[in-house]
Amino acid sequence: MKFILNFHDKIRHLFEKGGTFEAVGPIFDAADAFTFTPSEQAHQGAHVRDAIDIKRVMVTVIYALLPCFLFGVWNAGNQYNTAHAIADAGLVQDIIRGLIIVMPLIMVSYAVGGFWEVLFSCIRKHPINEGLLVSGFLFPMILPPTIPLWQAAVGISFGIVIGKEIFGGTGMNVVNPALLSRAFIFFAYAKSMTGNVWVASAGDVAVDAVTGATPLGVLSALPEGVTVADAIANGQVSFTQMLIGNLPGSIGETSAIACLLGAAVLLATGVASWRIMVACVVGLLSTAALAKGFGSSPMSQIPIHYHLVAGGFAFGAVFMATDPVSAAATTAGKWIYGFLIGMLVIVVRVLNVGFPEGVMLSILFMNLMAPLIDSFVVDHHLRRRRKRA
Amino acid sequence: MAKLRKIVTDPLADNNPVTWQVLGVCSALAVTTKVSTAVVMSLALTVVLCCSNVVISLLRNMIPNKIRMIVELCVIATLVILADLLLRAFVYDISKQLSVFVGLIITNCIVMGRAEAYALQNPPLKSLLDALGNGFGYSIILIAVASFRELLGSGSWYGMTVLSESWYTGNTLMLLPPGAFVIIGLLIWFQRTFISKTLREED
Repeated sequence: MKFILNFHDKIRHLFEKGGTFEAVGPIFDAADAFTFTPSEQAHQGAHVRDAIDIKRVMVTVIYALLPCFLFGVWNAGNQYNTAHAIADAGLVQDIIRGLIIVMPLIMVSYAVGGFWEVLFSCIRKHPINEGLLVSGFLFPMILPPTIPLWQAAVGISFGIVIGKEIFGGTGMNVVNPALLSRAFIFFAYAKSMTGNVWVASAGDVAVDAVTGATPLGVLSALPEGVTVADAIANGQVSFTQMLIGNLPGSIGETSAIACLLGAAVLLATGVASWRIMVACVVGLLSTAALAKGFGSSPMSQIPIHYHLVAGGFAFGAVFMATDPVSAAATTAGKWIYGFLIGMLVIVVRVLNVGFPEGVMLSILFMNLMAPLIDSFVVDHHLRRRRKRA
Repeated sequence: MAKLRKIVTDPLADNNPVTWQVLGVCSALAVTTKVSTAVVMSLALTVVLCCSNVVISLLRNMIPNKIRMIVELCVIATLVILADLLLRAFVYDISKQLSVFVGLIITNCIVMGRAEAYALQNPPLKSLLDALGNGFGYSIILIAVASFRELLGSGSWYGMTVLSESWYTGNTLMLLPPGAFVIIGLLIWFQRTFISKTLREED
């Protein structure tokens, strides 16, 4: 490692102000910071000394995502092999197939997102930071495995540039960039995002293509005369299956158990806010209970606990809603923010005929409201203090 | 002469009603999914704006200050109804696509704004030039936004196929109002960064 350090020190002056490669200085800085601990440290004044920094936080989120990633890889391969009627495909074959599907998506996400990140860093002359590490990994996890790669590339470009960089980069974004990327594809190329996640395409060798709709998709498009209760009784939608997650859906979000493992990591390390997660669940359950009690739409008849494991709720509540930049920052604000996300999810799922799933839109909407909630909470505190004084 | 020319050219870029004053955005979101509707809307607005500015400028010494807004509204409303009827008579299809937005020219801040800010203080010729400049400034932006939206959303421009469907997948977000928001935002950024640099520094 010593020779790399020496090499870095030798060429450092070329990238500093006035050097030959000043324009791409941020790339050097990033490579330097990624491989070594920075040599500059604060010397004066009071500083909080803590092992946790932005790099550590981001890496923790990546660790927390690993269960979802590993399960997603297996599931994507398994779904593919099932849909293409490849019999006797074993665990290894499923995983290999899954890697063939998932890895290109992750690489496209990092490569295209990284390109924009580096471009903006060089133009703005600010250092490249670790924000993309998480956004670039979260984004493929919330895509259906059948998405064309170029759409993923367009999506992450929009999310990184419009969602993050034009607001000033990591930490300045109003909404979650990964979710915004997904929302972009959702509205721009709706065909790739909704409906059946896995239909064997015409060019494939599959004899009979098995269509695989997501559980919420099945429930929202039940044939005439079949109620939600019937569908559940028939086993078309099962709680355990949604809990384990071996069904069609976006890559990382089908398994509620994998999301729970991720939640455990995030909560144990204190990276994500438990208040937001709990508030999301409370909001979801209470609204679902209301909908079941008084609602008249067919979707309102879904048992309450099914909502917890269906669709992207588990993933959204654990990884998306808790994004510290776009979430509410005050303690009371977090409760309100999370509760309203859970509530809106049910409102969209149950009342909106157009969208069977509403986690993405609910979180994005509450991202926009988070500063307002915080401002109310702070105002409230100030008024109470003034009264006491 | 140079002064008169500046009245026309100023609103085209440096003092553009849409990207600089952010007026008339409602219609810029609503009627810009296709270039053809944007062109008709631009024409309708420019004609209404020219007529209203000239009429109000002629009346400017007779209008009592206290009721000037009501008088302005009467003039504009009359002209808008005329424009609407003309469109329905001669280009019925497009007028159907524009739906309520021709009628809503009445509430377009550009028309009211120019009457208030310019025509009430200036003689008819200057008011006409001011109206032309602002009308063209609005038209440029509307047609630019519509060009992007139609090209990216439907792969065509003014109804002619440019990007073949065989390889280009239309971006349906561009056909929704949020797409127009993004494009107008990028246009404003483009103008402030590359065209009206000096003005930005004055802010």
